[in-house]
Amino acid sequence: MRVYGKAIKYGDNINTDAIIPSKYLTTLDPNEWAKHAMEGIDLDFPRKAREGVIIVAGRNFGCGSSREQASQALKHAGVKCILAESFARIFYRNAINIGLPVLETPGVTAKVNEGDILSVYLDEGKVVNESSGEIIFANSLPSFILEIIRDGGLIEHLIKVIGGKGE
Amino acid sequence: MGKTIVEKIFSLASGKDVYAKDIVVAKVDAAMAHDGTALLAIEAFEDMGGKNVWDPSRIVLVIDHVAPSSNENFAKVHEVMRSFARKYGVRIYDVGSGICHQVMVESGHVGPGSLIVGADSHTCTYGALGAFATGIGSTEMAAVFATGRIWLRIPQTIKMNVTGRFQEFVTPKDLILYIIGKVGADGAIYKAIEFTGPTIREMNVSGRLTLCNMVVEMGAKNGIIEPDEKTIEYIKSRVNKPFKVFRSDPDAKYYEVMEFNVDSLEPMVACPHSVDNVKPVKSVEGVEIDQAFLGSCTNGRLEDLEVAARILKGRRIKRGVRMIVTPASTQVYLEAVKRGLIEIFIRAGACVSNPTCGACFGGHMGLLASGEVCISSSNRNFVGRMGSPEAMIYLASPATVAASAVEGKITDPRRFSERSI
Repeated sequence: MRVYGKAIKYGDNINTDAIIPSKYLTTLDPNEWAKHAMEGIDLDFPRKAREGVIIVAGRNFGCGSSREQASQALKHAGVKCILAESFARIFYRNAINIGLPVLETPGVTAKVNEGDILSVYLDEGKVVNESSGEIIFANSLPSFILEIIRDGGLIEHLIKVIGGKGE
Repeated sequence: MGKTIVEKIFSLASGKDVYAKDIVVAKVDAAMAHDGTALLAIEAFEDMGGKNVWDPSRIVLVIDHVAPSSNENFAKVHEVMRSFARKYGVRIYDVGSGICHQVMVESGHVGPGSLIVGADSHTCTYGALGAFATGIGSTEMAAVFATGRIWLRIPQTIKMNVTGRFQEFVTPKDLILYIIGKVGADGAIYKAIEFTGPTIREMNVSGRLTLCNMVVEMGAKNGIIEPDEKTIEYIKSRVNKPFKVFRSDPDAKYYEVMEFNVDSLEPMVACPHSVDNVKPVKSVEGVEIDQAFLGSCTNGRLEDLEVAARILKGRRIKRGVRMIVTPASTQVYLEAVKRGLIEIFIRAGACVSNPTCGACFGGHMGLLASGEVCISSSNRNFVGRMGSPEAMIYLASPATVAASAVEGKITDPRRFSERSI
């Protein structure tokens, strides 16, 4: 699996209240989530992300509340993958569960500039900075997690595995 | 090799002999979702074509975040939840029952030794009763509703050993704020925090709940406290299913052991805009406030209302400041009424609301305008958390919140020490 996009950079401790404020928790409309993605810190984000982007972030990305709408908002706004020095655990699982690739990539913030074009090879956990030529190695994901992402998310994966039954 | 409490709980839940860093599929003892997260969970469950939940007696829905509903959208969410509860026979705690985490522990859904997941980041609260409890997202919760199982990587444990005695008006909230300030917002990522030591043994269940509630603010997966007579006393009239008291073995392996002594711990405050921006109250005394909030799953219990009432009794809140008191549950509210605490709050000029999460997460019942300052007994002070992104939120203990409401500015509650109860 390979994803490709322009890098948008953020710092440490980007929290989920900032990614999607609580007033948007009542909607099931992915377009609404996309419209308000990152509203707490970057009002310009929906416009920037539309073309398909890769977020490059510092430590503890997605900390705070468990709201899954945070990863949904980013995905539907156009985020193809998130590379961070480290992730908050609930956000990390939520992203995987909705098929949004996340890779723990120590050192990434020093090796990527805003606007760099990145290719991410998920199976190998390899990030190629096409703009600088540098290769960065992420902590690769266990195969069962790659399978969930490949299937498009946990529900799709379970439907495939359990054949759509509830048990 | 010896095991930590967390490793023992996982060994029971997975049916295997497991240790930290192992990935297991664990059986879930109880699963909870509320009106901030249930909508997506229910939708994902229906998308899966689930015909039945795995065990209706183990699923709990709580309407707490915006209770009663403040707009049609939340009213719709509540309706969806009630409909799901009826269809699948699961328990639902409706408007006014209280905050999910308080309701879960009060109503006996948490037994020591159990493995509990909640679609809320503060699910870690229940570790105070010796359970493994952690937050998960909505889609994950849908899978739990269907299968009763979840894959988890067993966390390594950081032991936090606490000694010493709290000064008057210094509380477990001050301790956990101090710890978060030291460790940092990501200092305990993916770890279990096990609180031990004589100060923990002395601490009542309410204080233990406060400690475990906030471990997520250091990035931890869960917090846990070994059960003792205080735990048993709390659960014996509440939990009517079998439970297991686990203790960490003397030769259990810990990721790290940290020591804390509270003898000279001062009241602490988490300053805008992060929970680890912690300073002693002395260094922010004098900051004028517009609102004081006493409530939340962190500090909305009877003991929290009692300490605030001790300061507010016979006093008035500073003119121009509003104080919102939101008890964590109906049980707390009723007991507070019986003890005359609600009257103290009202006579002091506070506004007492029904049990709900309310202002804590910016849902309703006390949002802030641009430039306003709030001192709050809740657990997060991120930008925009309680309304305007230009508001400032300081987190503190109920005592500090009450003292500050009286003075109209952030105030060290120990200034009220000389007054007899």
